Amino acid sequence: MNVPVSPVPDFGPALPEILLAVTALALVLIGAFRGDGAKKLIDGIAITALLVAGLLLIDQSPGRVSTFNEAFVVDSFARVMKLLTLIGAIAAIVMSTRFLREAKIARFEYTILILLSTIGMMMMCSANELISLYLGVELQSLALYVIATMNRDDEKSAEAGLKYFVLGALSSGMLLYGMSLVYGFTGSVTFPAIAKVVSAPGGAGVMFGLVFIVAGLAFKMSVVPFHMWTPDVYEGAPTPVAAFVATAPKMAAVAMTVRILVDGFLPVLKDWQPIIIFVAIASMGLGAFAGIGQRNIKRLMAYSSIGNMGYALVGLAAGSIAGVEGIVIFMAIYLAMTIGVFAVILAMQIDGRRVEQITDLAGAARTNPGLAFAMAALLFSLIGIPPLAGFFAKFYVFAAAIEAKLFVLAVIGIVTSVVSAYYYLRIIKVMYFDEPAPAFQPMAIELKSLMWLSAGFVILFAIVAGPLKNVAQLAAKSLF
Amino acid sequence: MEIGLSHYLVVAGALFTIGVFGIFINRKNVIVILMSIELILLAVNINLVAFAMHLGDLTGQVFALLVLTVAAAEAAIGLAILVVYFRNRGTIAVEDINVMKG
Repeated sequence: MNVPVSPVPDFGPALPEILLAVTALALVLIGAFRGDGAKKLIDGIAITALLVAGLLLIDQSPGRVSTFNEAFVVDSFARVMKLLTLIGAIAAIVMSTRFLREAKIARFEYTILILLSTIGMMMMCSANELISLYLGVELQSLALYVIATMNRDDEKSAEAGLKYFVLGALSSGMLLYGMSLVYGFTGSVTFPAIAKVVSAPGGAGVMFGLVFIVAGLAFKMSVVPFHMWTPDVYEGAPTPVAAFVATAPKMAAVAMTVRILVDGFLPVLKDWQPIIIFVAIASMGLGAFAGIGQRNIKRLMAYSSIGNMGYALVGLAAGSIAGVEGIVIFMAIYLAMTIGVFAVILAMQIDGRRVEQITDLAGAARTNPGLAFAMAALLFSLIGIPPLAGFFAKFYVFAAAIEAKLFVLAVIGIVTSVVSAYYYLRIIKVMYFDEPAPAFQPMAIELKSLMWLSAGFVILFAIVAGPLKNVAQLAAKSLF
Repeated sequence: MEIGLSHYLVVAGALFTIGVFGIFINRKNVIVILMSIELILLAVNINLVAFAMHLGDLTGQVFALLVLTVAAAEAAIGLAILVVYFRNRGTIAVEDINVMKG
């Protein structure tokens, strides 16, 4: 066999990832020598590195660049999704410091694992072939399994980590089995080459593989029928970890799903569209109905995120530029809302004791009006009340679905959105009309700023709507 | 009888199915689940190598090597989490993993 010798690849497009990887390794050394006492320093360096990586991304020349033999591609879509991922990661580190210290689990590994997981997510956004995609997925998941188990003396945290690991490994297996079939029946692993082969008729083997791949992706996005891990991981894992799992990995998972299905399998849209429609309807329905009986606010947020991923998939089902544009806008707004709500959940603390029942928020409007107002704004936005951001998020994906003539899907989406309003409104009712429960202690400054940033974003969304729409449009166009 | 591609695919398919059923039907303990996960990954490797030979393409073999590496990392992390769980609960029976429900 004649193996060609390839020249050294161009590292430029992957500079942000390389920077983060080198930083993570350096931080491991710092941590090994200085111990947990260096946590503050490590957090500082990690946040700086994430910010610099973000700046490098913004600074990259627009347009599509690929490197490492087409394995790694950077286009507007990848850049936007990576920026959202980075925002999620920074928020997860900022939120965590006080929580971990008070829970006496302030280990320096937390920050490093977040960094490593973020690199995996950025790989997922940029992967242009099955191998690099799989490596990204695994880097992201392996780090997440460990930080879900961070609180290792806590029964719930250990159980959350174990469930997450077992189901995550199973889904990786299915993803991989699907990849092996797609590779075998198309003879290639890069998405453009796959797209070329599948555009020819026939090929049941490829479709069989595609179903397995979609199942694996569905798990990573936590959509029905592969959602069972979500509520348990959100409830059991330390709250900042739950906030991280709810934000950054979702961005990357949605980004890679869009890229595989659009870049690799757009010619067979008719074959995967029914699967995505089914998954979207099931997730929206489950998110709306299963959330109703929840008492624990972290568990409630898990069902809320399952439902929200269903809405995001409505845009993908459309399979059009408008659909992908809707997804990008939706994910950006979902990120802001989730960070805000989790900042509030982290502030639910009475005399140093953490509480997470919805009833603990009772009468917050009287004992803590600022928190109640911001939370109410975020919840109204999650329902989708105009002129808050959440309305626009749903508007763009549903509009794309209607443009693609998926009327039933859009109608079901709106109905489930109304049903889920019940449990969001109940929290607002508890905060504003119930007899006050014991007041929370004063909110930490970093949580307060995150909460007001997100609340400000959803309230004043109309101001940034224009630029965000332009960015999303550019991102969507770069895929088609 | 010559052993061709389809034979390898059938073996891999059977191993994969056994792995998936091993995770869902098994009620005894979590170690069996870890073994099932390894089985799934090995089934994938058989697939990849068989396809690579059939296509005369090296990519599949490279992929298989990477899968092996990741499988090792995954097993290490899985066992570590299992040890943490056992220290908390004193059991690794699957039916006892039920602190959180709903």
